[in-house]
Amino acid sequence: MEMINVILQGVLLGGLYALFAAGLSLMFGVMRFINIAHGDFIVVAAYLMLVAVLFLGLNPIIGILLVVVLMAAVGYAGQRILLNRVLDDDILPPVLVTFGLSIIIQNSLLETFSADSQRVPASGFDTASLSLSGDLAVGLLPLAMFLAAIGVIGVLQFVFYNTALGRLLRATSDDPEIVPLMGANNGHVFALATAIASGVVAIAGTMLAMKTNFDPTIGPSRLLFAFEAVIIGGMGNIWGTLAGGIILGVAQAIGAQIDAGYQILAGHLAFLAVLIVRPSGLFAKAKG
Amino acid sequence: MDVLRLDAVSKKYGALTVTDGVSLSVPEGQALGIIGPNGAGKSTLFNLIGGTTTVSSGRIFFNEADITGFSAAERCNAGIARSFQIPHPFVGLTVYENLLVAEAFGIGGKPADGEGCREILHQTGLLSKANTPAGKLSLLERKRLELARALATRPRLLLLDEIAGGLTDGECKLLVELIKRIHASGVSIIWIEHIVHALTAVAERLVVIDYGRVIADGDPAEVINEPVVKEIYLGIDVDDEAA
Repeated sequence: MEMINVILQGVLLGGLYALFAAGLSLMFGVMRFINIAHGDFIVVAAYLMLVAVLFLGLNPIIGILLVVVLMAAVGYAGQRILLNRVLDDDILPPVLVTFGLSIIIQNSLLETFSADSQRVPASGFDTASLSLSGDLAVGLLPLAMFLAAIGVIGVLQFVFYNTALGRLLRATSDDPEIVPLMGANNGHVFALATAIASGVVAIAGTMLAMKTNFDPTIGPSRLLFAFEAVIIGGMGNIWGTLAGGIILGVAQAIGAQIDAGYQILAGHLAFLAVLIVRPSGLFAKAKG
Repeated sequence: MDVLRLDAVSKKYGALTVTDGVSLSVPEGQALGIIGPNGAGKSTLFNLIGGTTTVSSGRIFFNEADITGFSAAERCNAGIARSFQIPHPFVGLTVYENLLVAEAFGIGGKPADGEGCREILHQTGLLSKANTPAGKLSLLERKRLELARALATRPRLLLLDEIAGGLTDGECKLLVELIKRIHASGVSIIWIEHIVHALTAVAERLVVIDYGRVIADGDPAEVINEPVVKEIYLGIDVDDEAA
């Protein structure tokens, strides 16, 4: 029973990791853009949630919606104003620019909010739980995170394969140089991709803010988890990313069960094991 | 009215002049053929018209409006579509989806209803391949998709870059019929082609380009027989037969 509980908690945690990973995967998929500041964007969303709920006194649900809209808008503008300028065949300039952004964001947060660890109170929702059977129970918040992950990934999948916007994003992923000849503006398409990714990041960050303590420096390790989830699941497969997040979450939960200090290490070991067995990821799409 | 007018258009890469002061007027509804040796600057001319390359000097007018500063996307929206010599389909999308992308963002940007796309698939003989990923198509099918996708943007001017190259005689004949039908529907066409008999079956006017300059321009039968054209073009024809 203890083991089932551990695995269940790990699966639910995996939902959060999948949310971390979805935005990263989307930006890489559409424009081969590696966002080193991805983890810091998640932390920014967490702090925005803190401002919305603690300082402005908003209901957490309203807070999430507000942060999602704000992050998506900033993502769109940031892509058009800054990041589009460094997008080219060379993969290095975006890495350097977002590395710089990462440092700027961490220090700005440190300056504004201090190094104190914070948490957003969710009026009891964060500690409430649902009893399943006997001594098995799941927290409502982790459950909500997991359902949010499935919902977000389901919506992304639907948008990608059933809407004009999704076709445009996939076409851009295939051949960004031809898309303008079909009458679509690349700068706008890239910015839309970043806006969607930022919206997903906002959901991930606001969930994180309610679930656990955070401070300005935790971004890079969230980035690492996101990368690991994407690579375990296989590039270009969004449901694979969910599976990757779950595998990472379960490995971490089992590691933590053995010894609290092994949590992160166990996740990395699972990641390495996948890299050795299937370097292209467990659910990598065969190239057409 | 001229659908396209080039006014002393030049393109230089450093000391190399690829397009050298080309002036050309294409009346609305015309089917214009362009021939010339390899490296004469024909494809560069299409890049300049389509907006994937910017001019070094000169102006480009489309329906009498100056489009010299337009991006490739804006030119597509204005009504210029292009098929590439080497097909560039969106390989991860199905044939039908390839067309939907073009239809949704082409002229007017009306939401794709798919009706027009189905008609184009039928016209271009791709209907049975509608749900095949474009990456799995043969060369001939990719060339047809290239044309179909250009048509899906609802162009007023269609730029065809060596679309008949690599086809068998039978396939070439079908393609010529298709291009004739497109032309008859009111679309102006500029077609670069080495396969002269295919080109002259459609073109009402022939332009010869060499070293980035227009060296002959007029009725296809007359242009072909000009000594200067025979001189530079016969060599190429021989090369092409060998290839």
